[in-house]
Amino acid sequence: MTTTETHETTPVIPLPEAGARLALAVGAAATLASTFLSWTYTTDFPGDLTVTGYPGGLQVLTLIGAALTLVYALATFGVRGLGWLNPAGTFTPVLLLALGTFATTWYTVIAIAGELGGIVNLEPGGFIAAGASLVALLAALGLPLPRDTDPTSSRFTRATAPIFGTAHGRLKQPKALNTWAEIGIIIVAFAIGLFVAAYGIDTPYGELFVGFLIITGFAFGAIARAGLTTRLSALTTKHRQVTVGAAFAAAAAFPFTQDTDEFTLLAVSILIFATVALGLNVVVGLAGLLDLGYVAFLGVGSYTAALVSGTTASTFDVKFPFWAAALTGAAASLIFGVLIGAPTLRLRGDYLAIVTLGFGEIFRIAMGNLDGTSGPNITNGPNGIPNIPDLKLFGYDFGAEHTLAGFTLGSYANYFWLMLVCTAIVVTVFARAGNSRIGRAWVAIREDETAATAMGINGFRVKLIAFALGATLAGLAGTVQAHVQHTVVPEMYVFAGPVPPSSAFLLAAVILGGMGTITGPLVGATLLYVIPTKLQFLNDYQLLFFGIALVLLMRFRPEGIIANKRQQLEYHETDQTAVPEDTTLPPGTVGVSKAGA
Amino acid sequence: MTTNTTTQAAPGTPVLEASGVTMRFGGLTAVRSVDFTVNAGEIVGLIGPNGAGKTTFFNCLTGLYIPTEGTVRYQGNVLPAKPHLVTKAGMARTFQNIRLFANMTVLENVLVGRHTRTKEGLWSALLRGPGFKKAEKASEKRAMELLEFIGLEGKRDHLARNLPYGEQRKLEIARALASEPGLLLLDEPTAGMNPQETRATEELVFAIRDMGIAVLVIEHDMRFIFNLCDRVAVLVQGEKLVEGTSDVVQADERVVAAYLGEPFEGAPGDAEIAEVEAAENGADTPGTTSTKGDTP
Repeated sequence: MTTTETHETTPVIPLPEAGARLALAVGAAATLASTFLSWTYTTDFPGDLTVTGYPGGLQVLTLIGAALTLVYALATFGVRGLGWLNPAGTFTPVLLLALGTFATTWYTVIAIAGELGGIVNLEPGGFIAAGASLVALLAALGLPLPRDTDPTSSRFTRATAPIFGTAHGRLKQPKALNTWAEIGIIIVAFAIGLFVAAYGIDTPYGELFVGFLIITGFAFGAIARAGLTTRLSALTTKHRQVTVGAAFAAAAAFPFTQDTDEFTLLAVSILIFATVALGLNVVVGLAGLLDLGYVAFLGVGSYTAALVSGTTASTFDVKFPFWAAALTGAAASLIFGVLIGAPTLRLRGDYLAIVTLGFGEIFRIAMGNLDGTSGPNITNGPNGIPNIPDLKLFGYDFGAEHTLAGFTLGSYANYFWLMLVCTAIVVTVFARAGNSRIGRAWVAIREDETAATAMGINGFRVKLIAFALGATLAGLAGTVQAHVQHTVVPEMYVFAGPVPPSSAFLLAAVILGGMGTITGPLVGATLLYVIPTKLQFLNDYQLLFFGIALVLLMRFRPEGIIANKRQQLEYHETDQTAVPEDTTLPPGTVGVSKAGA
Repeated sequence: MTTNTTTQAAPGTPVLEASGVTMRFGGLTAVRSVDFTVNAGEIVGLIGPNGAGKTTFFNCLTGLYIPTEGTVRYQGNVLPAKPHLVTKAGMARTFQNIRLFANMTVLENVLVGRHTRTKEGLWSALLRGPGFKKAEKASEKRAMELLEFIGLEGKRDHLARNLPYGEQRKLEIARALASEPGLLLLDEPTAGMNPQETRATEELVFAIRDMGIAVLVIEHDMRFIFNLCDRVAVLVQGEKLVEGTSDVVQADERVVAAYLGEPFEGAPGDAEIAEVEAAENGADTPGTTSTKGDTP
């Protein structure tokens, strides 16, 4: 519980509140207006920022940020009809949005000056935008913000309190809505989500993507601080099936937003990566087994599907229909999972991590050597298995273009939908297995293995089931991957590599997104795939910035982007909501344990 | 509340028979050849000074340790040395330092205790047939009964870690009861409790006995033990010193000695003092020590 005595709301910059409000509104409005001006003289900077009267490229992002700031400022000042935007009623969302707008605008201006070689390249519109956004930010800092005056908290905590001060527990009671309105809200939320995600994936140049990241990051933070995500998650728990339906509908609609195949292929790769990450979440998130060689199971599935796909490069002269190939791939992964798991799952913790790491490497190297010289020729060695044919299901050719309701859809759209079905299967398996006797046993093993066995759980058996299930799901995803990529080579299944589906990236996706949740790994995988792809313009610094981003995220949100209920409480014990009583235990509970007890 | 313990023995017949249980860790013998019996419907106490081997003995009984020698029988059958099989056979335990699943809810903790008494595997969880739903519902009903029994039904959705200390102890007992045991082993159930909570625990243990479950309890609170137990065994340095009713144990001089030390026979002996001083003066001036009448 937050100790209210040490939290107060005062401005960071001492300004009269009425003046700060006015300055904020004027600053945001001026920023908004400035996006219609020309910011630079030439069209050398990507996105056309030279046109007066029509915002383009990064200006659109500034426009959105300024508009949101203005709307939230008005909502917080008590304008009727906007109150629902900010149930928490604090000024933190306004500050975050002003900060986001400021950062986007200044990033743009600095990028123009930097890339074109000097401030002279800026038109007056650029200066106006920079100045106006700075005014809005300073004015936002002049509003009463939550402050931490507790002398025991670190200087850093105190400095960041206006941003990280919590909005929980003080939400205004929502008005009762009828069911259809609630469902409508969920659908609108997912439609916005689809639009934002599609915009991010489609960003044609790196600068725009950076701007997109800045503004969405701050806007998401603002919405969360305003209490809207809490509100939305209450609605989604109430209408579970609608939510799941809307989520998949939004995802399935993605190919329709695309003109070319380029970004659909990116979306398929993201889906494969996300699905495998969700499979890994069974092993890591639920059962608590650290598996560092998980990508090998994806490889087993891919290789199996490739070998039975009927390609001329395969050493087996067979051609399975896809359903049979998918089952074979999943079964092969299952067998490998049991073979690896049976001897190693008796180990605890670190030892298991080392053994799985070893297995992952063994798989890759073995696939590279089964080429006829150092072993039997099964996999063509480092050359891999090329020319995997496109799928044909019930006469429907996945490799061809199709026209649907006036939209021309490339071949990857077909694979996208196939992969989406695969994702749906994995999501269902995860949800059902997690919420059952076996799922509870996994969590119990993760929490305290000794106590779990004393409660009658056969630790080894239960862990083996988790391991085998995780392997099977990865194998299933692998069978689709083989057809999407048309080729399978050993170097796709490394521990850590530049292209995401590697064991380290999978683990990062799970931890970054939120262990033990369904949405967490999906979101984490999406970010981990998109960000490095879009940051390629940074060249050598790409990994550096990526690493910094990961470190910052883990510092501020150790439970992951989407926290599950348990971890949220675990990492933020000071501001938990659902705990009526004092949570501190008497010192006796931390007593020294006797051996084995 | 109804009980449906898997196997209920008639009162008076032995539920647990340990014979010649010895546990050695390298050169250290923690438990030495202990014979021990718990009969159906009994509450038996196990006491002893710190380090006497009580918890080690518990761990031998419940399969966490494999005894170096000796056998443990539950209702006549030799118990396998695997904790989950021991629980399945019908012996459930709590831990000296609370070992709840801290990040699971109160209800989930009890449901985990139901693990051995339910059968639904992965397939039925994935297919969600009518059998699965029925079993889940029955498990939840039974778990709620147990939560009502210990008085935590209002906190079913709290995380176990957020419960007050006394309630965590109770929840651990409820979790153990969920496995429908014939014998419940409690390792210091009142450690860290205030007198009121201790008395409540006492009532709880009696209620458990009335459900037809035999109870074996380790405890340092003598009042608690002697109020509660039909029989008390004393373990000292890994060996069973004495076993009997409260009166017998309380009257036994060896027990007092084990807890408080041996009383001196008469005045401190001159010979001993001389010995000490001789040692102190040591090699410098051998033979020059004189005996004094009183201790310094």
